[in-house]
Amino acid sequence: MEFVKENHSGPDLRVKIGSLHLANPVMTASGTFGYAREFENLMNLHRLGAVIVKGISLFPRPGNPPPRIVETACGMLNAIGLQNVGVERFIKEKMPYLDGLNVPVIVNILGGSIEEYREITKRLEGVPGVAGIEVNISCPNVKEGGVAFGGDPQMAAAVTTAVKESCSVPVIVKLSPNVTDIGLMARAVEDGGADSVSLINTLIGMAINLKTKRPELANIIGGLSGPAIKPVALRMVYEVARSVKIPIIGIGGIETAEDALEFMLAGATAVQVGTANFVNPRASEEVVEGISRYVQEEKLHSVREMIGALKLDPLRNH
Amino acid sequence: MPQYQEKTIVTRVEQLSCENVRITLKAPEIASCCKPGQFVMIRTSVGKDPLLRRPFSIHQADASGHIQIYFKIVGRGTEILAHVRVNEEISVFGPLGRGFTIDENLPTCIIGGGLGIAPLLFLAKEICRRKKKNCGPDLIILGGRTLDEVEPLVNDFREVGIRTLATTDDGSYGEKGFVTDVLKSVELAPNTQVYACGPEPMMAAINDFCLAEGLRCQVSVESVMACGMGACLGCNRPVGDGKYVHVCMDGPVFEAKELKWNL
Ligand SMILES: Cc1cc2nc3c(=O)[nH]c(=O)nc-3n(C[C@H](O)[C@H](O)[C@H](O)COP(=O)(O)OP(=O)(O)OC[C@H]3O[C@@H](n4cnc5c(N)ncnc54)[C@H](O)[C@@H]3O)c2cc1C
Ligand SMILES: Cc1cc2nc3c(=O)[nH]c(=O)nc-3n(C[C@H](O)[C@H](O)[C@H](O)COP(=O)(O)O)c2cc1C
Ligand code: FES
Repeated sequence: MEFVKENHSGPDLRVKIGSLHLANPVMTASGTFGYAREFENLMNLHRLGAVIVKGISLFPRPGNPPPRIVETACGMLNAIGLQNVGVERFIKEKMPYLDGLNVPVIVNILGGSIEEYREITKRLEGVPGVAGIEVNISCPNVKEGGVAFGGDPQMAAAVTTAVKESCSVPVIVKLSPNVTDIGLMARAVEDGGADSVSLINTLIGMAINLKTKRPELANIIGGLSGPAIKPVALRMVYEVARSVKIPIIGIGGIETAEDALEFMLAGATAVQVGTANFVNPRASEEVVEGISRYVQEEKLHSVREMIGALKLDPLRNH
Repeated sequence: MPQYQEKTIVTRVEQLSCENVRITLKAPEIASCCKPGQFVMIRTSVGKDPLLRRPFSIHQADASGHIQIYFKIVGRGTEILAHVRVNEEISVFGPLGRGFTIDENLPTCIIGGGLGIAPLLFLAKEICRRKKKNCGPDLIILGGRTLDEVEPLVNDFREVGIRTLATTDDGSYGEKGFVTDVLKSVELAPNTQVYACGPEPMMAAINDFCLAEGLRCQVSVESVMACGMGACLGCNRPVGDGKYVHVCMDGPVFEAKELKWNL
């Protein structure tokens, strides 16, 4: 891990995901930040470690019928159904703007088959501005989508290898929490060649309306996100940190720098801010500011000292 | 289009009926650039529950930097909002969405049902301002289930200077019946621009009427929303052919004939 001393002011927040250098560990989670432009007047996009855009498929997808979202206790369920413009229009219409940002852009991809994942990756290879690929093998909302890959270690490894073979940028595999042994899944994609794993995607859930005696979502089930899932996400990051050597990106209910730093203690090298963007469009920037303050106040040489620094011995004298 | 996440201060709380509340907020940034038909997302709690902001139409905005929202208590978020006090701080995000299109050369008919009345006061005032108060041919029809939903707002509309009629389903105020009954009974010029906001069946009926009469009609519709600004894609509404529009970005105001109504 070679972090050349730079004479820039402010605390050292740099982290590395594979060969990707980030100015700080804070990214925006796929599907919660549009294509970044939506936020340009609301925050300073250049303060982010990286931007991860809405999941892209080979062909455009209209998504699910409404209602697609419902609020639940300290969180929300969504069944957007991976609505997106498809990889061609994404490259033509969205990438030029993203390429103009002074921030690494990671493209989140999803497919119905290994071949589809390979095709999308090939289309993105060499496109100016694409700094990394995050492979969604875990979306619970579409039948042909992630589930088969997200729950099966061999399939997950095969998708990872196919994507890895088709591009030169770092490959992050996004893991589903809807599995029995997340450590096993993480090891499988590490063996498959992943440069990093990100977790967690949403937890499959359901909400029922007693008055109408019907599900709240047209899709019946959806993915739970927000503060409600943070304890599950922390536990999974902690488990995965003991299972793999590649860097981990923690996701799940992060709203503040404190939340993010807890994920780093559990073993995450970086984090993603998701649902919090909806509540506070400046949330991700505020997480960066908060981490920066913490590193200064705690007089750390770098934020990297926090990674996996969880203490497991009992706290004495308290 | 400027958008602000503004720390606003409550300057007035009016309990207009047992369930309907109007709140005035000092929000100079939003007030300076909002247009009729646009909405704001309001954080009802500083904690994690209720988590998401709630959407509300901008009921009024003025040059002194104030905006108003007018709402009904239907759940936890609105219950919390109904109990805010003067001088409390509230986080308001906006202005959001596409508002009404105004052509000051056309006669207008504004129709509101229940809480759908909320965005129409701002619209009526703006139309009147653009027409330099020459609102002779214009008409406002306000309807609701009972007196509570209509009466407290009628004077504000009359003061704008546009002829205002009222209806209630139970006849407790104004004409007994639906706004569509009044609409069918009045003479409208063939180039009238109709604006409507209210329950879906009301807007659907008005759309049918306008299609039959060849009148232009703009409606303001609702949907569930998480972000209000195009990031979550949660606010879709079918337009046929398996296609969707997104209420927060493409709306909330639409040409009525572009939407699918038999939902
Ligand atoms: C663009 C837009 C503008 C709006 N403008 C206004 C306005 O000016 N005044 C106003 O009173 N409301 C308005 N609404 C509706 C308002 O957002 C909801 O009433 C509010 O979000 C309810 O929050 P809650 O926490 O009190 O209810 P929740 O606890 O979320 O829900 C409680 C109950 O109310 C029902 N409910 C939730 N949302 C709605 C809704 N939109 N319509 C009817 N029932 C609902 C739920 O199904 C549930 O049964 C608008 C909505 C949109 C999308
Ligand atoms: C509305 C919505 C849409 C999402 N879309 C995607 C997506 O397209 N691809 C993906 O990998 N994850 C998607 N996610 C999952 C988030 O990226 C993130 O993993 C999850 O929400 C947990 O983080 P949070 O609790 O901070 O929101 C979506 C989440 C939400 C709420
Ligand atoms: S409410 Fe999020 S996209 Fe419309």
